[in-house]
Amino acid sequence: MRTIGYIVQKEFKQIFRNKGMLPIIFILPILQLVILSNAATYEVKNIKFAYIDADRTSTSRSLIEKFNASSYFDVLMDFPSNKIANFAMLAGEVDVVLEIPIHFERNLIKEKSATLGISINAIDGAAAGLESVYINQIIQGYNRDIRVSLMDTSHRSIKPINISSSPSFWYNTSLDYKTFMVPGILVLLVTMITLFLSGMNIVREKEIGTLEQINVTPIKKSQFIMGKLFPFWIIGMGLLTIGLILAKLIFNTPMLGNIPLLYLYTSIYILVILGMGLLISNFTDTQQQAMFIAWFFIVIFILMSGLFTPIESMPQWAQIFTEINPIKYFVEVMRMVLLKGAGLQVILPQLLKTLAYALVMNALAVWSYKKVN
Amino acid sequence: MKNENVIEVENLTKAFGAFKAVNAISFEVKKGEIFGFLGANGAGKTTAIKMLIGISHPTSGKAKVVDFDVYTQPEAIKRNIGYMSQRFALYDDLTVQENINFFGGIYGLSRKAIRQKSKDSLVELGMHEISSKLVGSLPLGWKQKLSFSVALLHEPKIVFLDEPTGGVDPITRRQFWEMIYKAADQGTTIFVTTHYMDEAEYCDRVSIMVEGKIEALDTPKNLKQQFKVASMNEVFLKLARNIE
Ligand SMILES: Nc1ncnc2c1ncn2[C@@H]1O[C@H](COP(=O)(O)OP(=O)(O)OP(=O)(O)O)[C@@H](O)[C@H]1O
Ligand SMILES: [Mg+2]
Repeated sequence: MRTIGYIVQKEFKQIFRNKGMLPIIFILPILQLVILSNAATYEVKNIKFAYIDADRTSTSRSLIEKFNASSYFDVLMDFPSNKIANFAMLAGEVDVVLEIPIHFERNLIKEKSATLGISINAIDGAAAGLESVYINQIIQGYNRDIRVSLMDTSHRSIKPINISSSPSFWYNTSLDYKTFMVPGILVLLVTMITLFLSGMNIVREKEIGTLEQINVTPIKKSQFIMGKLFPFWIIGMGLLTIGLILAKLIFNTPMLGNIPLLYLYTSIYILVILGMGLLISNFTDTQQQAMFIAWFFIVIFILMSGLFTPIESMPQWAQIFTEINPIKYFVEVMRMVLLKGAGLQVILPQLLKTLAYALVMNALAVWSYKKVN
Repeated sequence: MKNENVIEVENLTKAFGAFKAVNAISFEVKKGEIFGFLGANGAGKTTAIKMLIGISHPTSGKAKVVDFDVYTQPEAIKRNIGYMSQRFALYDDLTVQENINFFGGIYGLSRKAIRQKSKDSLVELGMHEISSKLVGSLPLGWKQKLSFSVALLHEPKIVFLDEPTGGVDPITRRQFWEMIYKAADQGTTIFVTTHYMDEAEYCDRVSIMVEGKIEALDTPKNLKQQFKVASMNEVFLKLARNIE
C-alpha cells in the first residue's frame, strides 16, 4: 500500500510539474466541450428558400407565408421559371426550391389533393434530410389549416388530404441539439484524455529508460499498475466534474437523474479505459506508436458509439460490434441519466457490462505487463 | 568467507533470432570483489547484465545471483541487487530529494530509513544544498554519482554498474571510483563495465568479452603477464586484434 502511495505521489508531481501537459489535460477539454457542442449540432437554420409560384392564388400565397413565418427558412426570392431556380441552386444561392404548380388551389378544392414540387440541395446529405423534415412539418401544418377551410366551402365529408409521412423527433421536439450533444461530448472528453494520458504515460517511461529501472526493483506488477493508473482515474473523475459544471453553466443541460449514480458508473468506466491504455502501452515501444493505436480505437469507438449516428441505422454486423464498444455504454448511460432521469435499475445492464469489461481489460493489462523480457 | 561466490554463471546464452549476443559465457564473481566486465561496443555486456538482474530471460545456460536462480527467482534477485543502467534512468523532472524518496519508497525502506539514508548520501555527494533542484538540470557527472547512490539505497549485496563513467570528466571519474571503493570496502560486490582501460586497472579481476564470448578472465596483473604487455589497454587491443 505504501509502495502504491509513492508511485501515486510521483505521478502527480510529474503531471503538475509538466507545464506543457496541464493545459492539455484541463483547458483543451473545456474548449472541446464548448466548441464541439456548438459545432456538432444537426440543427439547420437560415435555410435559403426560394419558390416558383405558378398558381398565384391566395392559397399558394398563404403556403409561402407559412415558410416565411418559420424561423428555419429565409424566404429569399420568387423565381419565374424552373430553369432559373435550378441554376441558382447550382450556384449555391438557394438550398430549397418549392414549386407550386398552376391550378394548385383548384385541384385542392376539386380533387382534395394537389402536388407540390420540392427540390433540395443534397450536397450535405444530413442537412438535406433535416430540411425535408422541416418542409414536411410546415406542409403538414398547412394541411390541417387548409382542411378546415376547405370543409367550409365543400359541403361534403372529405377524405383526408394525402400527405407523405414525416419523421418526428421523440426526445427533442424542440430540436435542441445541444441538450442532446453535450452529454455525449462529455463522454468523449473523459474518454480521450484518460486513454491518451494513460497510454502515453508508461510508454514514455519505456522511452526514457526509467521503466527498466523500475523493473529491477522488487515492486509487484499490480502495485506498479495501480499506482500508475490511480492518478489518471482521479483526473478522469475531475474531468467529469468540470464537464458537468460547464454543461450546467453554459448549456443549461438538464440533469434529471441521480448524479452520484453517474459518478459510480464513470468510476467503473474509467477503469476500462485505463486498462485499455495500459494494454496499448504494453504492446508499443514509443509514444508515437501508442498514440496511433489509441487514435485508431478512439475513432472507431466514437463513430460506432451512437453519438453521431444512431446505432439502429447501422448494418447488423456493426450493431453486434457496438456491443463491445465501451463508449456506446457511457453515451447511453450519460444520456439516460442526465436527460431522462434513469435510475440504477435502468442502467444496470450497462453498469454490469462495463464492470465485466473493466475486469477483463485490467486482467489482460496486468498479465501482458512483463517485468522480464 | 572471502571466497564465497555471489554470482555463478555457466554457459549463459542469449540469442536474438539466429544471432547470439551472449554466447555461452561462464564465470564466477566472489563476494566483495570489484569485477570488471570489459568488451568492445556490441560485445554483449549489457545483454549479459540484463539476464543477471532478472529483466531478460536467458535463451539457455545457468546463472545464480546471490544464491537465487535467474529463471525462477528473479524477484528475489531484485531485492538483493542494485543496478545502474547504461542510460541515465532517474527522473529528470523530479528533484534530487524526490528521486531518492521515490526509489527508497519502492524498495520498501521505512520513512525513517529513507530520511537517514538520503541525508547521508547527500552529504557524501556534496549535494545537500541542491537537493531541491530538478535532476534534469544537473551536470552528467553529478547525475551519475546520484544514480550510484540511489542504486545503493537499499544496501544491495551486489551492484551492477553498466558504463557508469561514460562521458564523465576525469575528476568526477576519480570521485566515482572512490565511491566504488567505499562501497566495496563495506562488503558490496561491484560488477562494473567500462571502456576506460585505466579503470580496468582498478578492478580486482577483469573479464574481456569479444563478440558474445569471454576471451580472457583474470586479475589485471596476470592478464598483463599472460599477454606480455605493460597495460590493460594493450591487453584489450591484442585480444580484439587476434579475433579479427
Ligand atoms: N533486443 C535486441 N534485439 C536484437 N539484438 C539486440 C538486442 N539487444 C541487443 N542486441 C544486439 O546484441 C549485441 C550486444 O549488445 P549489447 O548492448 O549487449 O552490447 P554492449 O557490450 O553492452 O555494447 P556497448 O558497449 O555499446 O554498450 C549488439 O550487436 C546488439 O545490436
Ligand atoms: Mg552496453
